Amino acid sequence: GVGTASLALPPASLEAPGSVQQLPVPGRDSPVARAHRGLTLPTVSHYRLFPKALGRLVAALGVRELHLALTQGFWRTRYWGQPPLQAPAGAELWVWFQPTVTDVDKAWKELSNILSGIFCASLNFIDSTNTVIPTASFKPLGLANGTDHHLLRYAVLPREVVCTENLTPWKKLLPCGSKAGLAVLLKAERLFHSSYHSQAVHIRPICRDASCLAVSWELRQTLTVVFDFFSSGQGKKDWSLFKMFSRTLTDTCPLASQSKVYVDISPKNKEKELLEVSPAPTSVHEAIVQGDKKTYAVYDLLSPSLFNTSRSLNVQLKWKRPQDTEMPIPTLHAQRYVGGYGLQTGEICTLIYNTHPYRAFPVILLETVPWYLRLYVHTLTIITKGKENKPSYIHYQPAQDRRRPHLLEMLIQLPANSVTKITIQFERALLKWTEYPPDPNHGFYVGSSVLSALVPSVTAMKDMDVEQSPLFASLFPSSDGSSYFVRLYTEPLLVNLPTPDFSMPYNVICLTCTVVAVCYGSFYNLLTRTFHVEEPSRGGLAKRLANVIRKLRGVPPL
Amino acid sequence: MPCPLVTQGSPGFHGIFGRQDRAEQFFRSGHTNNWAVLVCTSRFWFNYRHVANTLSVYRSVKRLGIPDSHIVLMLADDMACNPRNPKPATVFSHKNMELNVYGDDVEVDYRSYEVTVENFLRVLTGRIPPSTPRSKRLLSDDRSNILIYMTGHGGNGFLKFQDSEEITNVELADAFEQMWQKRRYNELLFIIDTCQGASMYERFYSPNIMALASSQVGEDSLSHQPDLGIGVHLMDRYTFYVLEFLEEIHPASQTNMNDLFQVCPKSLCVSTPGHRTDLFQRAPQNVLITDFFGSVRKVEITTETLSLDRDVAGFESKFPEEELATEPLKYAEQLPVAQIIHQKPKQKDWHPPGGFILGLWALIIMVFFKTYGIKHMKHVF
Repeated sequence: GVGTASLALPPASLEAPGSVQQLPVPGRDSPVARAHRGLTLPTVSHYRLFPKALGRLVAALGVRELHLALTQGFWRTRYWGQPPLQAPAGAELWVWFQPTVTDVDKAWKELSNILSGIFCASLNFIDSTNTVIPTASFKPLGLANGTDHHLLRYAVLPREVVCTENLTPWKKLLPCGSKAGLAVLLKAERLFHSSYHSQAVHIRPICRDASCLAVSWELRQTLTVVFDFFSSGQGKKDWSLFKMFSRTLTDTCPLASQSKVYVDISPKNKEKELLEVSPAPTSVHEAIVQGDKKTYAVYDLLSPSLFNTSRSLNVQLKWKRPQDTEMPIPTLHAQRYVGGYGLQTGEICTLIYNTHPYRAFPVILLETVPWYLRLYVHTLTIITKGKENKPSYIHYQPAQDRRRPHLLEMLIQLPANSVTKITIQFERALLKWTEYPPDPNHGFYVGSSVLSALVPSVTAMKDMDVEQSPLFASLFPSSDGSSYFVRLYTEPLLVNLPTPDFSMPYNVICLTCTVVAVCYGSFYNLLTRTFHVEEPSRGGLAKRLANVIRKLRGVPPL
Repeated sequence: MPCPLVTQGSPGFHGIFGRQDRAEQFFRSGHTNNWAVLVCTSRFWFNYRHVANTLSVYRSVKRLGIPDSHIVLMLADDMACNPRNPKPATVFSHKNMELNVYGDDVEVDYRSYEVTVENFLRVLTGRIPPSTPRSKRLLSDDRSNILIYMTGHGGNGFLKFQDSEEITNVELADAFEQMWQKRRYNELLFIIDTCQGASMYERFYSPNIMALASSQVGEDSLSHQPDLGIGVHLMDRYTFYVLEFLEEIHPASQTNMNDLFQVCPKSLCVSTPGHRTDLFQRAPQNVLITDFFGSVRKVEITTETLSLDRDVAGFESKFPEEELATEPLKYAEQLPVAQIIHQKPKQKDWHPPGGFILGLWALIIMVFFKTYGIKHMKHVF
C-alpha cells in the first residue's frame, strides 16, 4: 500500500484582508488548512493501512463508493474563494452500490446504522424521509462501468452537530492515529475554534497505475478548517503552524510514503516578494489547481534536510508589505434564502451568479425539500437577466407525506456575467403532535442545495499536469483540461412550522376555561331561559329562493 | 494492576495470605466485567451542568479502567460545540477552568435527539433493533457489574427527558427487573443527581441493586457555582463532591461504599443525599468503589513460552489472483450534459383510481339518483 499525506496552506491574502480594513466585517478568516490522506489498497483483505472497520463494511454491503462528510459552519464562497472540497452543514452521506446488491434500500439503512456507530454521529436518522435518488448529480468519482442511478443514494442531515466525538474516530482511522506525522497537529480544542470545520471520508476505486488495468481501493480522509484570527484577537495577518494548532511538526508517520506541507505563495498581479515563508521550503512547485496556476512552497517531511537545524518544524508566513489586493470574485457562487412571511406559506429563492465575463456554462441544481414543506411546482420560475430561462432537463419527484421528500433536479444554462434567480413557493404543513422534536420552536432545517458545474478554467490543464497535481486537488477526475468540476452547496434554511403550544399552563387554561364555560353556561341557561310562543313567519329570502327552484323543477313548494 | 484476584491462580502466594483472607475473598464480588451507562437527560444551554456532571463521571470511570467499548454515554444536547460556548470543544467542571471533562477522546454513543426514554429502556433491557452498532449496545452478562448514572431535572417519582417526556420510578424498577430476569447484571449501582432523586429508587424490587441519590423527596438538588465567563452553572453540588472524591481513587484503592455514602453532607450539599442498600447482598463496607467505577482485569500468569512463526511466505498465497482488465478503465464523466438531457423520462404508468376515489364517486352518484330519481338518468346520458 501507499500512504501519502499533504497539508495545504494558502497565504492570508486569499482571504480579503483589504476588505476587512474598509468594511466592518466582524471576523476575518485566515488560512485554510486542509489535510488529506490518501491510501491505496491492493486487495480488500489487506489491512496494513486501510482500516479494518471500513474495509469489512465495504466488502459486506457491496459498496462501490462511499462519501461521508461532517461539517460545522458554512463556506463563504464570496469571501474565501472557491472551496477545495465543500460539504453542506451537518452530515452528508452519498453512496454508490455495486450492481450485485439486490436490495439497495436495506443495504443503505444498514450502512447508515453502522456508520453512526463508527463515527458517533446520529446517522441512524437517515431513512426514507430524507433519502433521495439523484438522476443527474453525484456521478461516481471513481472508476465506473455504467451509471445506473438506482444504485445511488444521497441523504443529508442538516441538524447534525460535529464535535470532538466525531473527530476521535476519524483520527483513529489513520494508520498512525494522531501520534505521528501531520495528524499530531489535529487537536480538537483548536480545530473547533474556527469558522468552518469539515471532515470527510471518501472511499472509491481508482486506477492502480498509469496504464489503468488494475483497480485499487482508495480511502481519502480530508479535513478542512478555516481559522479566524481576527476575532480571536490576533489582528495581524501573519500566521504560523504554532499559532493555528498550538503544536509543531516533529516527525513523520513511519508508514507514510509521502508527507508534505504545501503553502500557497501564488503571486497576485505578477507581484513577487510580497510574502516570506520560513523556514526555507524543500522545493517550490507549480500546479494548476481549480483551473488556475498556483505556486506552492513544499515542505517534504521525509527529506532528511528538513529536520537538520531544529527538531520541530514550524512553518511561518510573514507579509513584507501591507497588501491591498481584493479577493478575486469566484466564477460561480450561489445564495439561498426563504422569502415570505407568516406560518402558512413561504418561498425558497436561490440566486446563482456566473461572473465569468464571456463564457456560459451549465449547472445542475439539486434540491431536497422535506415533505412538510409542500412545494407548488407550478410556481417554479427561473429568471436570468429579466427573461425566463427554461432548463434543459428537469426531474421532479413529489413528496409523499411521512415517506419521501421532494426532489428537484434541473440543468440550467448560465449565461456569461449573469444572475439567475430560481423561486418556488411552498406551504407549511401541520405535523402530528408526536412528530415534533423536543425543541420545535428552534425551527426545521432544509438541507443545502447542491450545485454541480463544469467551470471554465483560466489556465488549461494538460495531461502531464494531471499526473503531477498535488494530492488535495485530485479528488475530482478531470476529463477535459479546459474546465474543472466544482460542487458547491448553498446555505441550509431554517423554517418555522406552525407549532402548537406544548406548554402545560396553556393546556390547563384551555381545559379549565372550557369546563367552566360549559358548567356556568348551562346553569345560567337553566336559570334565565324563558319560553315564548312564536308566530309562523311568511318566510325569509332563503325560503323564497327555494320555492322558486322547486317551481322550476315542478315539485310542490314548502 | 495489583489486585488480590490475580493471586488466586498462582500457587506461591498461598502461604502469605492466611485462612481469614481466603474466607474474605469468598465474599468479594464475583464479577468479571464492568459496564457503565451514563445518561444526561437535559437539553438547552442553561442545562450545561447536567452534561458536565455526566462527563465528570465518564472521565472518572475511564480513568479507573473501564474502556469506551463498555461505556454507553448518552448526552441529550451538545454543549462543547454549542455556538454559545466561548471555548469550543471544552466542558469545564470548575470555575477556574481547571478541568476540561470533555477531553480529547470522548465517544458519545447516543446524542442529541437519540436520548429518549424508549432508547434508554431498550439499552437497559437489550431489546434493540438488529442493525444497532455494538457501541450502542449494553452487552452485559450475568457476571457484569453495571454502574448507571442519571442526571437531569426530576420530581417526585419521575425524571424528565429532553423537556418533552418522562420516565417514572415504576418503569425504571420494571426495567431493572427485566434485566435481572434476563441475567443482564451481577450487581448494579444506581446513582441519580436530580431534584427529589430518592423517589426514583423507592420502587426497586430486584436483588443486588444499590442506589444513591443526591436529595430526598421534597428537597431540591442545587447547582454548585456559576462561571461568569461561560455564563451558566458548571456542575451540580452532589456530583461536584463525588468527582472530588473519585479523583482520589486509583485502580488499586480499597475505599469502600461507606465512604461514598458520606460524600456531600448536608452542610455542603444543602440537600440530604440518600442511599438504599437493602436489596444488596453484601454489606456496603465490603464493596469496593472500584467494583463499579473501575474495571476488572483478570490476569493469569503463565510460565510457558510461545514461539511466533517467522515464516510469512505461506501468507501471501491466500490472496486470490486478480484479473487484469484488457483495456484501460475510465473514470465516469462528472457532468455529461448530452447524456443527461437525453435521459428518457420515466413512462407514466397509469394506475387505476384507488378505493377512496371510487367510493367517493359512487357516493356522489348514489346521492344524485336518490334525490332526483332513476327516471332522470335519461337526461344524463
